[in-house]
Amino acid sequence: MNHLLSIGDLDRAGIERIITQAARFAEVSDREIKKVPALRGRMVLNLFYEASTRTRSSFELAAKRLSADVVNFAASGSSVEKGESLKDTVLTLSAHKPDAIVLRTPWAGAAELVSRWCSAAIVNAGDGQHEHPTQALLDVYTLQQRLGGLDGASIWIVGDVTHSRVARSNIIAFQEMGAKVTVAGPPTLIPRRIEELGCEVRFTLDELDGADVVYALRMQRERMTETWVPSLREYASWYQINGRRLGPRQVLMHPGPVNRGVELSGDVVDSPQAVITAQVEAGVVVRMAVLYELLAGAKEPDPVARRQTAPQPA
Amino acid sequence: MSAAHPLVRCPQAAADLLLRDVRVLDPRARIDGRHDVRVRGGVIAELGTPEGLEPLEAEEIVEGQGRLRLLPAFFDPHVHLRTPGQEHKEDLETGTRAAAAGGYGGVIAMPNTDPVLDSAPLLRSVRDAAAREARVAVGFLPAITRGLAGEQLTEMAELMEAGALGFTDDGQPVQSAGMLRKALQYQRLCGGVIALHEEDRTLSRGGSMHEGALSAALGIRGIPTIAESTMVARDAEVAGYEGARVHFQHLSCRASAETVAAAKQRGWMVSAEVTPHHLLLTEEDVRQLDTRMKMHPPLAGEDDRQALVEALRSGTIDCVATDHAPHARDEKEVPFEQAPMGTTGLETAFAALHTGLVLTGTLDLGLLVERMTAGAGLFGLPLPLIERGEPANLTLVDLDAEWVAGEHGWESRSENCCFAGRPMRGRVLLTLAAGSIVYRERAFSVVAA
Repeated sequence: MNHLLSIGDLDRAGIERIITQAARFAEVSDREIKKVPALRGRMVLNLFYEASTRTRSSFELAAKRLSADVVNFAASGSSVEKGESLKDTVLTLSAHKPDAIVLRTPWAGAAELVSRWCSAAIVNAGDGQHEHPTQALLDVYTLQQRLGGLDGASIWIVGDVTHSRVARSNIIAFQEMGAKVTVAGPPTLIPRRIEELGCEVRFTLDELDGADVVYALRMQRERMTETWVPSLREYASWYQINGRRLGPRQVLMHPGPVNRGVELSGDVVDSPQAVITAQVEAGVVVRMAVLYELLAGAKEPDPVARRQTAPQPA
Repeated sequence: MSAAHPLVRCPQAAADLLLRDVRVLDPRARIDGRHDVRVRGGVIAELGTPEGLEPLEAEEIVEGQGRLRLLPAFFDPHVHLRTPGQEHKEDLETGTRAAAAGGYGGVIAMPNTDPVLDSAPLLRSVRDAAAREARVAVGFLPAITRGLAGEQLTEMAELMEAGALGFTDDGQPVQSAGMLRKALQYQRLCGGVIALHEEDRTLSRGGSMHEGALSAALGIRGIPTIAESTMVARDAEVAGYEGARVHFQHLSCRASAETVAAAKQRGWMVSAEVTPHHLLLTEEDVRQLDTRMKMHPPLAGEDDRQALVEALRSGTIDCVATDHAPHARDEKEVPFEQAPMGTTGLETAFAALHTGLVLTGTLDLGLLVERMTAGAGLFGLPLPLIERGEPANLTLVDLDAEWVAGEHGWESRSENCCFAGRPMRGRVLLTLAAGSIVYRERAFSVVAA
């Protein structure tokens, strides 16, 4: 694998390989010194054209735990605001010879485009409303830990599917891992012909009790400006996951950040069914596994084995 | 005050040429056979039997070998020449050079320039420039509304006197039916065809591609076909009510074609055009997010494509127009959703349609030639004819020549062609426009007598 542009770049075996590697890295996070030297001397560039706290810091932490050097480049306050094109920015930053570029942009296909312009490994950290493959991997990892496997599981993705790159990557990844996916939300926020990705479509939560996993999407307040739904109040009354709708054996997921009182009620966020903080934890180890796979691959020695002779890098 | 002639081009030498044993095809002139054709002083002087005409002194001879096809030069009622203000994309010289290379003898330029072509002084100055720079004849459609803003009519009568062929807000829809109605009423005073870019912005806003399974999968906001078809229906009714003459630009879907067919059935004065890319490509070609495949209206589904081909065949759609829309490389080398709409098309139109529709048995060559020339008549201009005494508007093509679009570079200043890299069969070798040789294919030698 040279890049991670789309979750479709990975088949089931590929997803399982990364999940397995992530599980081994999880052990590193519990050590006193949370670092392995696997990517020592390598450089990871975080290039973010959109505001992001958790994804960017998660990638930064992942790279640092692998002992890579990390440079963060945010579009705001940079040459991008002076009118520099994406291509020129990428070519300029490529002069620093990054080994990997983690890219978040508001434009579909941008990661793929950038992969043609430079020799670094590209990790798509979100391209518009298209894909967010590392989110899908960390969600699969989280469910694997919780359920032991996704085969035959019924997963409902609820909310604003139209504007969600998380939904698109997860529909593909969950199905690849053997789950049955249903998307549900208001008809204005479910794209026509999304069922051609293989999922089922529902406009109400009447059959939600059949789900093993409920994956709520973030309902963005800016969607109100184009009246995608009449009001957040009406949205919440029809689609909010709350104590009344969520069963005791269902697993609740959310990509964050949560709008308490909109897509999730406060009580379910704090309930034992919710694995939202586990998803955040999984983010770091899964991204470690992705960076490790792209930059070190199979040719490196076991990154997790403690080196008794060589000192751990500080 | 009498109106200026609506077509302009730079003065060029009249051709003296003997085309020997060429296969002449002009359905309107009812010619389909091998002939010698003599062009003298830019006029078709003689049509003789093959090898029947003797070369005259100072006459160039072209050997057709009973194989090369001589067609009437094509006419494109919809191109963007980007002058004034966007000459980094194209100008009158490069745009008309591209037209000549595609076998076109005349084109009509759109007004969405910078500034917008919306006043008589501006029209006069662009026509003056065309009279210095344009290789083939250029006509102009100034804007219907000032600044394409949809709020106030341009001085249409004065524009017609200054040489306008008609009016369009192309690139923008006339969003208000009331505004369009006023333009159509005013047409009774000033004449001129009103050409319409049909798009309901409340349905298309923010969209970058056709709304379908692919846009759903890619997470790119789609433009539903109803954004076009509902406006075609609305404006056909308005035109029918006013008894006005309208031309629908770049139709892209089945529903629009059916509406135009119904409007014609009712006797309304409507005509329509379709582009080579909408006849040959679909949303599937957008899958790789190649920005050369981003245009307005967007490439639609296969069913829509087939309906457009059938509508062109039946005559519901009157003519082919390229909507040649050049953009600079750096403008197109951006993520798909950021890229400007448009593809170039003049240099590939004939070869692409010959390859994709004629050679596949979908469309007869004669009918394709008819549809690629009909645009002139729709705007009140004489149709090119291969007849004795007519000005030489001719295109010589080698239907067997195989090439790859773009392999020899482009005459256009821009290279954003949706057909780039595709194998083509059929190549323009020589173009005569209004009596002058305006294009020779580089490898094609003309033997002097």
